[in-house]
Amino acid sequence: MSAVISTADSDRLQPSSGEDAGPAVVSLRGAVATVGGRPVLRGVDLTVRPGEVVALLGANGSGKSTTVKTVIGSVPLAQGSLELFGRPRRKFRAWHRVGYVPQRTTAAGGVPATVREVVSTGRLPQHGLLPFRRTDRDAVDRALTSVGMLDRAGDGVANLSGGQHQRVLIARALVGRPDLLIMDEPMAGVDVDSQQVLADILRTEVERGCAVLLVLHELGPLEPLIDRAVVLRDGCVAHDGPPPRSVGQHALPGHDHVHPHADDHHHRTTPGLLT
Amino acid sequence: MIEMFQPDFMQRAFLAAVLVGITAPSVGIYLVQRRQALMGDGIGHVALTGVGLGFLFQTDPIWMAVLVCVVGAIVMELVRARGNQRGDIALAMLFYGGMAGGKLLVSMSSQAGSSSLESYLWGSILTVSPGDLALIGGLAAIVIAVTVGLRRQLFAVCQDEEFARVTGLPVRVLNLLLAVMAAVTVTVAMRVVGLLLVSALMVVPVAAAQQLTRSFAATQAAAIGVGVVTALLGVGTSYQADLPSGPTIVFLAILAFALFSAIAAPLAKRRHRSAAEHGPAVCDVALPHQGPDAATGPDAPGGPAATGAPLSGETLSSRGLAQ
Repeated sequence: MSAVISTADSDRLQPSSGEDAGPAVVSLRGAVATVGGRPVLRGVDLTVRPGEVVALLGANGSGKSTTVKTVIGSVPLAQGSLELFGRPRRKFRAWHRVGYVPQRTTAAGGVPATVREVVSTGRLPQHGLLPFRRTDRDAVDRALTSVGMLDRAGDGVANLSGGQHQRVLIARALVGRPDLLIMDEPMAGVDVDSQQVLADILRTEVERGCAVLLVLHELGPLEPLIDRAVVLRDGCVAHDGPPPRSVGQHALPGHDHVHPHADDHHHRTTPGLLT
Repeated sequence: MIEMFQPDFMQRAFLAAVLVGITAPSVGIYLVQRRQALMGDGIGHVALTGVGLGFLFQTDPIWMAVLVCVVGAIVMELVRARGNQRGDIALAMLFYGGMAGGKLLVSMSSQAGSSSLESYLWGSILTVSPGDLALIGGLAAIVIAVTVGLRRQLFAVCQDEEFARVTGLPVRVLNLLLAVMAAVTVTVAMRVVGLLLVSALMVVPVAAAQQLTRSFAATQAAAIGVGVVTALLGVGTSYQADLPSGPTIVFLAILAFALFSAIAAPLAKRRHRSAAEHGPAVCDVALPHQGPDAATGPDAPGGPAATGAPLSGETLSSRGLAQ
């Protein structure tokens, strides 16, 4: 783990191993997309190589979530091209290789559902329209164990706390052992303890060789895992390179100063704040 | 009591009631899950135009209603999938247009009789012919096969459509399939409870069942149970007391909802008490001198027998409390 994620030149380390492992997991070129007639992406390039952890950063409305939604196909591309695992999006069928964790919403369905039932839907790429089998059930148990929610499997999802709900959504994405994990603001509305739990879960997946594309508002406890940061501003890529560690995300172009936690004490030491 | 099962028309009535009791909740649960509980009502309104067309062309009103409902449901699904702001206006046009069109077409047709239209509005289960029953049975078989057989797939689509798309499911096809199933169900239930009350049998049993259940599968099974029991009891009661069948069935379903709501709270409390995984009802931040007997609590009679892994559950729940 340390060789891959903790050294400063980790993103230099990736390309050689990445080309050996095959084509880029995500390759978005010149993406232009509109939402409700308003242009949100104006030519975004984004590459995620195998085993790489890429964070999408930027202010609210900069197009982070829309970028992710174009990758999973729920927002259509007006221009540009998208390849997943080296195949054009239109011809891509290997959905079992992709795990998606949407932005957590508090809106529950109108009918109760258990944790196990929700996580089981993550197994659909494997069994498709065929019946759910023993191996599928075992996979669900494994995913629930990995997020520490197996003992809550029979509980209703409506009664979970924010952090627990987020763990269920992650388990649902992990159930098929994906090669690419796409997460939209996984830390939003999750307290610091649960954030650490989520970071540990993610570390295990990264060690397994899973590539991760994350939308983040701040790096937080995930910082040591991230190989590369892509910063968006007004639908354009403003920065693509190593995550801004020493200076903190305050220095990023387009970052707005919203801090749910007061744990960024090291920023206080910057001259700008002291004067 | 037994003699009400003797006449042929009563046997057909009971059979039709069972079929509707199964199909309506098994489709309705997906609509409720997607917070589209009143979609069945909308389709019911549209079905009226189908009945009117059937009268006008002197064909079987059920077939015409199936056709028109399927078209109407597909239009509703397309409006929903586009998710535009004026969607509810479009739906309103469809509902009221369907209702008005039905009445106009019936009044234009030669065999115009307000009484025959009445039988579709409120249901007339006692006049179900053997041909009707065969049609209802065939349609019901299709609906049950789809809604129960594709439960996991339809659940995924209704639970989180975006996620379902990333699993590679044919989301659009499944949505359209569900809309068509809802349309077929409306026409199946039309003769039993009437177009104006169709939606009630799709929604009320589900609402009743989910007072007592925690999982989707159990809710679907329980809702079908409620649907069948209330449909049978309703037909029996309407025969004995000479009441219209549709309103009787719906009223019984609402009674079931009220009953289940009343027993839900005490039942949930009991379930919590017997499940040790939730830990004691009071804080277990034990002071140093207090032993483990304080943590199990005095009010956990069935504790060890009820759960498989009480130990790991306790550590996790205490972690949950700490968060």
